[in-house]
Amino acid sequence: MSKKEWPLWEVFIRSKQGLSHKHVGSLRASDAEMAVNNARDVYTRRSEGISIWVVESANIVASDPSEAGPLFEPANSKIYRHPTFYEVPEGIKHM
Amino acid sequence: MTKQEALFEFLLRKADDSLILGHRLSEWCGHGPILEEDIALTNISLDLIGQATELYKYAAKVEDKGRTEDDLAFLRIEREYKNVLLVEQTNGDFGKTIVRQFFFDHFEHLLYEGLMNSKDEQISAIATKTIKEIKYHLRHSSEWLIRLGDGTEESHNRVQTSVTDLSRFINELFYQDEVDEILIKEGIIPDVKEFRAEFDKNIGAILEEATLKLPEEKWQLSGGRKGVHSEHLGYLLAELQYMQRTYPGMEW
Repeated sequence: MSKKEWPLWEVFIRSKQGLSHKHVGSLRASDAEMAVNNARDVYTRRSEGISIWVVESANIVASDPSEAGPLFEPANSKIYRHPTFYEVPEGIKHM
Repeated sequence: MTKQEALFEFLLRKADDSLILGHRLSEWCGHGPILEEDIALTNISLDLIGQATELYKYAAKVEDKGRTEDDLAFLRIEREYKNVLLVEQTNGDFGKTIVRQFFFDHFEHLLYEGLMNSKDEQISAIATKTIKEIKYHLRHSSEWLIRLGDGTEESHNRVQTSVTDLSRFINELFYQDEVDEILIKEGIIPDVKEFRAEFDKNIGAILEEATLKLPEEKWQLSGGRKGVHSEHLGYLLAELQYMQRTYPGMEW
């Protein structure tokens, strides 16, 4: 028997609330169509979603953890970039 | 045979098809070839057992002798089960399970599309709910058959053997007798003869894509609708009914 493993896929589900697709986990599948089928079975059994995206994990380009300093720390001292100086009017959701 | 008796018999046949195949698929629980497929097969199993529950409930109501859906599912003897022989066949390897499912799903798809237009409101309501599940099952088994058939030499040979072995149960899916005649006349069920050509075309197209062939030999088996089963059903029922037989009336 072949020891070859199927490629890994990342799964993104859009929930019923109409928010954006959110990463929910990963799975193995032989190809894209099967990945969608598997995602449906593994991640939407309890009505979690109305839309599925899958992308092969190998196609995701990630930031380098050792670069975390130069990438993210400069933002820490820029408090004025946060919209915390405004009052949020009542009734605004998802802020 | 009265219309009521025919309706009861029809509901029992379809409920038994769903229950027995659902039970067979549940045997995969914890044994699937990969985690994803283990979940897929047990999802389909639960869909089928859910369908059986609805059909048994309605059958019990039609019969009107005080039996419940649980009595019908758990407390009949082998000869009283009216499922087709295909669904009681053993799981075999994953490919055989897929082939069994593939033939069944394609038949169910056409049957339930017809049942959606049933003059019996309860049946058309059950069919409308069920058709969505069947369409997914159909997609699942068809996609797998294509990949196994047109996969490696090993997967192709194994799945071709199962296509050959299980093709002898296809004609029984289209079995008809007095029950069907009465219900067709009443507009309660479709005449399955009318979609045999479409069934052959649908499975033919996918088998071709999967580089698989139906055998030349047309030897066919039947008997399930009259309660005459293969040797496999008895063992299945022994497991299915064990709890109710051992602890009568138990609930959990």
